[in-house]
Amino acid sequence: MAENSPTVQFLSIDGEFAPSEAAEEYLPYLSDLSDDDHRQFYRDMAISRRFDEECTNLQRQGQMGLWPPSHGQEAAQVGSARASRPQDVLFPTYREHAVGLVRGIDILGIVKVMRGASLGGWDATDPKNGNFRNYTLVIGSQTLHATGYAMGVAFDGLVGTGDPEVDTAVMVYFGDGSTSQGDVSESFVFAASNQTPQVFFLQNNQWAISVPVSTQSRIPLYLRARGFGIPSVQIDGNDVLASYAATRKHLDEARAGQGPAMIEALTYRIGAHTTSDDPTRYQTAEQLAYWVARDPIKRFEAYLRTQGADEAFFAATIEEADDFAADLRHRTLALTAPPLSSMFENVYSEPHALVAEQHAWLDAYELSLREGA
Amino acid sequence: MPASVEELPLAKALTAGLRAAMATDERVILMGEDIGTLGGVFRITEGLQAEFGKKRVLDTPLAESGIIGTAVGLAMRGYRPVCEIQFDGFIYPGFDQITSQLAKMTNRTSGTVPMPVVIRVPYGGHIGAVEHHQESPEAYFVHTAGLRVVSPSTPNDAYWMIQEAIASDDPVMFFEPKSRYWPKGPVDFSASAVPLHSTRVVRTGTDVTLIAHGAMVSTLLQAAQVAADEGVSVEVLDLRSLSPIDFGPIISSVEKTGRLIVCQEAPGFVSVGSEIAATVAERAFFSLQSPVLRVSGFDTPYPSSKIESFYLPDADRVLEAIDRSLAY
Repeated sequence: MAENSPTVQFLSIDGEFAPSEAAEEYLPYLSDLSDDDHRQFYRDMAISRRFDEECTNLQRQGQMGLWPPSHGQEAAQVGSARASRPQDVLFPTYREHAVGLVRGIDILGIVKVMRGASLGGWDATDPKNGNFRNYTLVIGSQTLHATGYAMGVAFDGLVGTGDPEVDTAVMVYFGDGSTSQGDVSESFVFAASNQTPQVFFLQNNQWAISVPVSTQSRIPLYLRARGFGIPSVQIDGNDVLASYAATRKHLDEARAGQGPAMIEALTYRIGAHTTSDDPTRYQTAEQLAYWVARDPIKRFEAYLRTQGADEAFFAATIEEADDFAADLRHRTLALTAPPLSSMFENVYSEPHALVAEQHAWLDAYELSLREGA
Repeated sequence: MPASVEELPLAKALTAGLRAAMATDERVILMGEDIGTLGGVFRITEGLQAEFGKKRVLDTPLAESGIIGTAVGLAMRGYRPVCEIQFDGFIYPGFDQITSQLAKMTNRTSGTVPMPVVIRVPYGGHIGAVEHHQESPEAYFVHTAGLRVVSPSTPNDAYWMIQEAIASDDPVMFFEPKSRYWPKGPVDFSASAVPLHSTRVVRTGTDVTLIAHGAMVSTLLQAAQVAADEGVSVEVLDLRSLSPIDFGPIISSVEKTGRLIVCQEAPGFVSVGSEIAATVAERAFFSLQSPVLRVSGFDTPYPSSKIESFYLPDADRVLEAIDRSLAY
């Protein structure tokens, strides 16, 4: 990061604690973090990296239709997710695997979606899934859902009561490409108009598949929100402490009734857009090397070592991540196709004659094929 | 408590229906452009913001995708939003949120996230308006799994159907025939006549069946009267529900008359009328004495209003089709 950069950064790329000028106002939000919290951040990032690698491998082995890698974006995701409270509600795109992990969903749900075994993957209304809403594949659509949800939270009186168990915020994740979508601008408008308890968390991973962020915007993306009357900040998205502190501050303020805010986390998609993509067609080796040198996990590892984390901790984390991946692989291979009936169920909440008729027809047709065999 | 039966224009019957739904369930909220202080450009929500407050009747920013997308989020939170789209031709900026988000959310979430959202759309011609203000876009939504699509033709249906649509846990596209907003008709406040998704026989006859929805129903009744004067007995059906379609009364009627003409303001190509024609051909082939005919708007952009009367099917075009049907 350049000198006098407006970017919030606590850790240098070598893991040295050296807050930028912009980071100073966020320092208080780090004060109550313990060594255990720091190690939890590290474990979250390491496990999600290992999870992501395993899923990429599973796709390459034909076990998944598609995989959108999160490799490189772990600090942005883990820091922001760890800054949220249990009652907060988080709306992801389709790449927030580490956020889902932190919020406690059964991560197999994400695999189900990408394997073609389920459309939604997990029940976002089940409290054990941490208010982590379902993935949304149409770019930017979820920003409006989040804003509407946040309007409802405010109508329900769950903002600004001063009770930390009650006050609730909504956080929505979106990417640099989506900032060009009308829905994102409209959600800024509705959020500002309604002063929703909401944080817009942008992961600027520099690429919308093959299109660089310079094609989406001539100004830093965090400045966009200000034109809508929404305060915003740019952070080093590969610094988990910056992600945590910035999100903590703005979620706290949203819960307190101070309205929406936007965070732009500068990060990089080390992997492909999805396993169907080939980044070598548009990304130079130098670009990749630049960002690999800023790897969020290596950086935090270096920091933790200066804080006394020993080899045994890192070895145990690797083992934990390997066990996690092995279990995931085992459970992935055991996944079966959903029953045909699932195609017809829940198209509507209430009975629907046409769908019922077509369901009955397919059942009878399938039965006739079996009887004829 | 209003009198049991009252003469009201369709527009005011809708207002009364919305008021009743809001009084019944405090999670019902209205949202749209100009619907609060102004009461909507057609005054359908007139007085409701004063009565229920600004948190129940929301003047939204001017963005259709934003209205529908935030309604989806509000529904996730347990609200029952009723969105007003100002004019038919303004609905397309909200198309993704309606077809890919609202319509699919319940299925995507295995039924755990119902979407009790109503989208009210004033639609259709006859009002001499400028471009994008007189269209009939219902077929786009009928084609989308996950949506229910209805259209009342009378004040009584408007009063009851809007309440039934709001009570539904599914998203309902509620097409309001704007040319019928003003004529009065009886509203029976004591009970709903028929369920939401039912086709209704509005005039019995024996020679030929006519079916339409929304404003075209009144055109069919005019045509039926003229035909009766000429000795032809016409049965008129009001479709009411465009998705799902209640085919029972349609098939029964065709079995009786042997002839069917489907009518609509919308363009005819791949339309609600096309679906009815295909289904009747499948289910009542041996009852038909003539091909099912369509009377519809043309497959052109809606024309300048000075020539809209040549675009919109009128009673004469319906009568011409009756002659063709009877000629077989």
